[in-house]
Amino acid sequence: MFKHLAASIRGVGHRTIEGIWQLGHATRFFLLVLLKSGTSFRRFGLVIRELYYVGVLSLIIIVVSGLFVGMVLGLQGYETLQKYGSESAVGTLVALSLVRELGPVVAALLFASRAGSAITAEIGLMKATEQLAAMGMMAVDPVARVVAPRFWAGVISMPFLAAIFSVMGVLGGYLVAVVFIGVDAGSFWSQMQSNVDFRIDILNGFIKSCFFGVAVTAIAVFEGYDSPPTAEGVSGATTRTVVTSSLVILGLDFILTAFMFRGI
Amino acid sequence: MQRRTLDFWVGLFVITGIAALMFLSLKVGNLNTYGITESYVIKGNFDNIGGLKVRAPVKSSGVVVGRVADIQFSTRTYDAIVTMNIDSRYQFPKDTFASILTAGLLGEQYIGLAAGGDEVMLKEGDTIMKTNSAMVLEEMIGRFLFDKASEDNDF
Repeated sequence: MFKHLAASIRGVGHRTIEGIWQLGHATRFFLLVLLKSGTSFRRFGLVIRELYYVGVLSLIIIVVSGLFVGMVLGLQGYETLQKYGSESAVGTLVALSLVRELGPVVAALLFASRAGSAITAEIGLMKATEQLAAMGMMAVDPVARVVAPRFWAGVISMPFLAAIFSVMGVLGGYLVAVVFIGVDAGSFWSQMQSNVDFRIDILNGFIKSCFFGVAVTAIAVFEGYDSPPTAEGVSGATTRTVVTSSLVILGLDFILTAFMFRGI
Repeated sequence: MQRRTLDFWVGLFVITGIAALMFLSLKVGNLNTYGITESYVIKGNFDNIGGLKVRAPVKSSGVVVGRVADIQFSTRTYDAIVTMNIDSRYQFPKDTFASILTAGLLGEQYIGLAAGGDEVMLKEGDTIMKTNSAMVLEEMIGRFLFDKASEDNDF
């Protein structure tokens, strides 16, 4: 009985120490990536190649989801707002919810599952097939050559993807509310413009997406670099990337929102 | 993939992203109404500002002529000092009447300016003398009940 209790306490302690050790390991890796990102900017071609895979190839899912999210927001918002006779406020509703929350958050969630998982799988497989070790043998630093360009490509593309998502959402809302339902186009845009503030709404949304970009890609490259060099290890790391980044995005979103919109 | 095609697609992606940001700031947001035009500052003392907020519009005849820049409480006169930025294109006479109004029944509050007939115009830093406070629903109901009660007493 006493032995069992001691064992379970030991288990808790072991897991806590493991977790903290992992966190410290991730932080050190993150700093190492930052330290070695000089190469990515001297040889910007490396980052451009990754921007294609991370950013351009994510465009289609971002554009389509943004359009549909905006269309659904337009429909649902109209349903509720027309009860109060203020259906022209549907533009404000769509724009504010997209620019403040849905744009950065949903784009980051999609980005984590579309690009983050790919980054993890790629780096993990490179490690499993000992390509990273081979690079080290040739005195090419794998962190500077493989990890840092992917990290910066993710950080650069995330704000753009979030902005494109928001724009597509607003256009989707416009399509449903103005073109299909027949809300007045003038009041749709003018209500939106008078209620969406550049600094409070758009700039804060942009800052949010920058934070998400750093978080998602940092998690993705770390999980890939840290994965056990087996097929199972790579698959586990890919899953962990998506799960951890999604949770981090949602948690970070709450913290950032609490800081940004507290006074309003 | 060829370097040239790669560059093309990434360039297109970045340009689309920047265009999206421009669209958000100019078409969705109100960056184009931000202090691009010259403005001057006037002040007004209000007994009660109700729910007026900083950056609320200042309107005259329904046209936005400025924005509320700052709201402070004065312990000298025990009222609220509202600082407004007014577009330099619009000049108002010295005896302009400022009142806090509500857009619609439940809408946001704004300051309405009604021009007077004075020859002298308001200058930078001037204070509007004639102001009308925000209507507070509780006060109105209270006044209505009071009037009703005194009416009943007349009989």
